[in-house]
Amino acid sequence: MESFEVPQPSKVNYLNAQYGLKSWLLTRDHKRIALLYLGSVTFFFFIGGIYAMLIRLELLTPQSDLLSATTYNKTFTQHGIIMIFFFLIPSIPATLGNFLVPMMIGAKDLAFPRINLLSWYIYIIAGIITIYALIAGGVDTGWTFYAPYSTTFSNSYVVLTGLGIFINGFSSILTGLNFIVTIHTMRAPGMTWFRMPLFLWSTYATALIMILGTPVIAITVLLLAFERLARIGIFDPAIGGDPVLFQHLFWFYSHPAVYIMILPGMGVISELIANFSRKNIFGYSFVAFSSLAIAVFGFLVWGHHMFVSGQSVFASMIFSVLSFAVAIPSAVKVFNWTATLYKGSISYDTPMLYALGFIGLFTIGGMTGLFLATIAVDVHVTDTYFVVAHFHYIMVGGTLLAYLGGLHYWWPKISGRMYPEGWGRFSALVVFVGFNLTFLPQFVAGYLGMPRRYATYPPEFQVFNVLSTAGASILGFGLLIPLIYLIWSMRYGKIAEPNPWHLPGLEWRTASPPPTENFLLTPIVTWEAYEFAPPEEMEVVGTVHRGRHARSDVDAPIGENT
Amino acid sequence: MDSSWFKLAPEAASTMAGKIDALYFYLSGVTLFFSLLIFGVLIFFVIKYRRRSPYEIPRPVAGSHRLETLWTVIPFLIAMSMFVWGAQVYFEQARSPRDTSEIYVVGKQWMWKTQHTTGQREINELHVPVGRKIRLIMTSEDAIHSFYIPAFRIKADVLPGRYTYEWFEATKPGTYHLFCAEYCGMNHSRMIGSVVVMGPSEFDNWLSGNAGQLAPAVAGQQLFQSLGCVSCHGANGEGGRGPELAGLFGKQVLLNNGQTIRADEAYFRESVLNPQAKIVSGYGPIMPTFQGQISEDQLLQLMAFIKSIHIVNPQPSTASPSSAAPTSSNTSTATPVASPVRRASPAQR
Repeated sequence: MESFEVPQPSKVNYLNAQYGLKSWLLTRDHKRIALLYLGSVTFFFFIGGIYAMLIRLELLTPQSDLLSATTYNKTFTQHGIIMIFFFLIPSIPATLGNFLVPMMIGAKDLAFPRINLLSWYIYIIAGIITIYALIAGGVDTGWTFYAPYSTTFSNSYVVLTGLGIFINGFSSILTGLNFIVTIHTMRAPGMTWFRMPLFLWSTYATALIMILGTPVIAITVLLLAFERLARIGIFDPAIGGDPVLFQHLFWFYSHPAVYIMILPGMGVISELIANFSRKNIFGYSFVAFSSLAIAVFGFLVWGHHMFVSGQSVFASMIFSVLSFAVAIPSAVKVFNWTATLYKGSISYDTPMLYALGFIGLFTIGGMTGLFLATIAVDVHVTDTYFVVAHFHYIMVGGTLLAYLGGLHYWWPKISGRMYPEGWGRFSALVVFVGFNLTFLPQFVAGYLGMPRRYATYPPEFQVFNVLSTAGASILGFGLLIPLIYLIWSMRYGKIAEPNPWHLPGLEWRTASPPPTENFLLTPIVTWEAYEFAPPEEMEVVGTVHRGRHARSDVDAPIGENT
Repeated sequence: MDSSWFKLAPEAASTMAGKIDALYFYLSGVTLFFSLLIFGVLIFFVIKYRRRSPYEIPRPVAGSHRLETLWTVIPFLIAMSMFVWGAQVYFEQARSPRDTSEIYVVGKQWMWKTQHTTGQREINELHVPVGRKIRLIMTSEDAIHSFYIPAFRIKADVLPGRYTYEWFEATKPGTYHLFCAEYCGMNHSRMIGSVVVMGPSEFDNWLSGNAGQLAPAVAGQQLFQSLGCVSCHGANGEGGRGPELAGLFGKQVLLNNGQTIRADEAYFRESVLNPQAKIVSGYGPIMPTFQGQISEDQLLQLMAFIKSIHIVNPQPSTASPSSAAPTSSNTSTATPVASPVRRASPAQR
């Protein structure tokens, strides 16, 4: 074993390099911007969560007693808008992605640090406008804004909310652009495409969808505003429009948006599964390319939201067969994650519990997606609680669990402190149980015919709603625990080592928390992704190494090593 | 509440319900089997390969193209079996059979208005007989609604400005839920009602007992006169300055731009509201629009009238007066006119 020089752990890191509000609001450090996003998406998550609790409380009884019908309609609309546009879409890419993309490829920052900060400001402005619309009176169209209800009949703040979503889109586009350019041009020497952690592949695929899909929702919202404000006939047949056109435009973005939400989660899970079983990902390239396949196919299946909309029988057939096709890359990922565990060294740390929970819930979400792709069954269950349960299994069981798992996993790097492991495991368990109790009964209620977006419902469905509400209370409690102990740990947690999990990824080869420039020297990557070694053999970045990982191909200049 | 808590599927009260349930239980079986397989393997690995010492490094395992191919192809084939079965049932669902009776449905915030071809109107209720194929012709007066009968496993959006259809054949007398399934504003969850399925003779009694309302085709004939359609299309639709309408429904129409289109409900609707859109070959663009002068109900009545008038010569219709005779004996063979329409036809009175 040769000796190598460890860079002296400096007391200065990105958190304490500068102080004061201004140093945060004007920062160009991707890690600080990630923290700005972390704070803001958490804020929006709790607003969305309060709406969720109101929905569940109202539905405890068949009558409309806690909320009036109008208030209920606004509540589920705002729950959807806040959760989708202001939590799920930015959650993993803008917090974990922002923090990790440069660190994982060995770069100092993203390609465009100022644009990165701009995208956070755009997000905040959009958020303020949307919150203002909610306070001013709210919106009651459903997050889907279906015309002509939204353009002609709704008497609520449709355009203002739409403006918030319109503006927010630019934040997505700029973040996506930044990631793509960064991954293409700023990889450290030796960091080839196929040495990249799988989180980066999925972030890359997500970024592609963001820049290609988001303009379409912007255009759709703009047309909606034209019709609502100027009565230009686009969607409302009374003035010469076509209401199904709205659904095509809306879902052309909003279906790929589902993959904006879930692909980064899949990337996090690939990291967690590999790293907490200390195994190279089984079928790395299949997992990597399945992300791109999902991004491409994801653009071709929007019509499966419209099987009962009046679209043609043949269009429905094509969308159905493509929807089955898009399920395959997701299945491939699940199989590869499972195979990765084979002969691994599996730890039961909190992030791994979240990852295992993800696989279970995502599998159920994906399997029930097959029911919805089967047209004849979809005709019966679409717009019922079956669909509600299905997409919550993907969005909450999938994305939220991946986000929490990732947050715990990288928390030592982000905060420089360990979270309390016991509380972490406990809350992961509570979240898992609460989630299933909330949403499993909804599959049954949905097949029995309970329509979604109902403020009142026939009494025979009450039993399922009581179960759901009980589950939601447990879920809500489970989610409060990490909020408390993560904040607590920032001050009182155990000091984290640079590499507390003993992992090979570049982000673990620098201090916790990292210095502002991430690495003291530009790292030279000589190892494959997930190439595990005993801790004493793992080089710390910036050292001259002649160890067992030396390769001849490491001096290729940046950008030419693909 | 009773033991209905433990049901996994709603009442099956139409010919489609059993087919969709069979497909649903096939999907449930396959997905449950594979989910449990994945969970079983996962749990087995997680326990068997748990970390035993803090610094152990397991040996890397190389990927396998054979396995990857296997678990790409097998799920794909299973998925295709779902697709083919699902598409087959869907085709059956989407294509109305020829021998249906028609019922008109108009959705508006927040109620369902239905009208039978004999004239009976209902609100938030729909009476239908067992064992007869019923086709709903639906439209909306405002936002999008969706006509959903869980016990029949059917649902179709009801759109403003166009017609959508769904058909069913009820199999079991009883009262079932009718829901609006597309969010349509404040009282969306109160836009519900019931579908009452009756025995055929009971239904005929119900149908005849509720007299006093004009059959849509009769009301349509009155509209045809009061709106002045007669002056160009003739009192019985025999044509004049405007094209002939008798026996037109369901036929191919040659337009003056050389195109040929089928005279269906959508064409009819467009020709009333936007007559310049498609001009029949040999006629001038002289018809005024009736946009704003005619309600959705009236449009459906006019259409019922036009469907009911047949070519006056060469042979008069000899339709049987009561039962749902599947074939039309008149010369306009392309017209799947159902018997209640013909029974109410003013041309035969």
